[in-house]
Amino acid sequence: MNRNALKRWSWIHKWSSLVCTAFMLLLCLTGLPLIFHHEIGHLLGTEVEAPAMPADTPRASLDRVLDAARAQHPDRIVQFASLDEDDDNIWFVTMTPTPAPTDDFRSVAVDARTAQVLAQPRFDQGFMWVMFKLHVDLFAGLPGMLFLGFMGLLLLVAIVSGGVLYGPFMRKLDFGAVRRDRQPRLKWLDLHNLLGIVTLMWLFVVGATGMINTWADLLIKYWQHDQLSALVAPYQGQPVVKPAEQAPAQVGLDAAMRQAPGMKLAFIASPGTAFSSPHHVTYFLRGTEPLTSKLLQPVLVDARTGSVTAAPEPPWYLTALLLSQPLHFGDYGGRPMQILWAVLDVASIIVLGSGLYLWLRKRQPAAVADDELAVRGMEALS
Amino acid sequence: MNREAPVSPWAWSIWRWPVVIAVLTAVGLTAALFSDGGFGDALAGACLAVPVAVAAWFGWIKR
Repeated sequence: MNRNALKRWSWIHKWSSLVCTAFMLLLCLTGLPLIFHHEIGHLLGTEVEAPAMPADTPRASLDRVLDAARAQHPDRIVQFASLDEDDDNIWFVTMTPTPAPTDDFRSVAVDARTAQVLAQPRFDQGFMWVMFKLHVDLFAGLPGMLFLGFMGLLLLVAIVSGGVLYGPFMRKLDFGAVRRDRQPRLKWLDLHNLLGIVTLMWLFVVGATGMINTWADLLIKYWQHDQLSALVAPYQGQPVVKPAEQAPAQVGLDAAMRQAPGMKLAFIASPGTAFSSPHHVTYFLRGTEPLTSKLLQPVLVDARTGSVTAAPEPPWYLTALLLSQPLHFGDYGGRPMQILWAVLDVASIIVLGSGLYLWLRKRQPAAVADDELAVRGMEALS
Repeated sequence: MNREAPVSPWAWSIWRWPVVIAVLTAVGLTAALFSDGGFGDALAGACLAVPVAVAAWFGWIKR
């Protein structure tokens, strides 16, 4: 690497980091409580719990469950229904004004055995909602998501260029060296390099999977165009199937479950919603093995007849999207992983903060001399 | 702490530990995908603790 290459990489590292740093600090800070959203929910008392009943208590039909939710919000329709990941005795029914994607939703938690309403948790307000929205789309919908995705891309560029610069800066130093006895700038430069290099792989994976997650809406839309459009061709010209015209939900659920024995239901998407076609209720099933439980198999059920139309293999880009979720959330390795995720997140905040500090101090003569030393050393080698 | 003579920026002596830590991190992130409370989760915890421990040791504990 010659002087010009080093300067070029320095320029890339400086500007890719500077542009994304403020947003990355925001994402690291808002991501911190999101790592523990279940635990915080328990503390705040917003987590829903089903009463204890004998394990063989029969389950209520899905139609009764949905009716219980509809009774709470007669002016809304059922957009999605999902089983609680940790306790399949709880249904969460999402009620919205129309099938279109919206932040105006109500959630009704219904006991899967008695069809009694357990709670109506408000996921669309409070501290965690603000953290979630700031983290996902800055309260700006799809444009906000894509903007944060672009900031994620800049983070990846900053990580790669930072990795390239690590070598030249460490030529005279042992691994982990932190020069505390000289100016504070050198101490923070060494800490920036140390924390940056040890968290490099983790931050790259979390950054890349976060960026992929920002494309979720687009990938789902593409999936509808790519895979579902052929399946809905026979229904061309027909309007979205209204709730009153739909076959009983339990009939559709049973048909979907028969299609994929050994799988569990993840969630149900009503006709016309982002995850279905205008003519189908789509049942998303997941496997029961650790890895397959993170993947989804869609089963499209004709909304009018309740019979299965198709169960298309999810394409590679949806599988990549689904796998990128746990790798971003850090929620797949138990409590130790959550804690390590939080510590690594704090380490990333220090990397970002120290990078900013180093840039602000850079214009001082001592700092320029230090960088010149690195450049001259490179020239001596090349 | 400091080396006597400068080495190439791609020298193995510079990259040895960063590569080991990156590989361990990748192993940890992958292992937990194949486990649900079992060995994979424990391996993931052990592997991801390495960058944290290294950062804490060199950054704050060692003087």
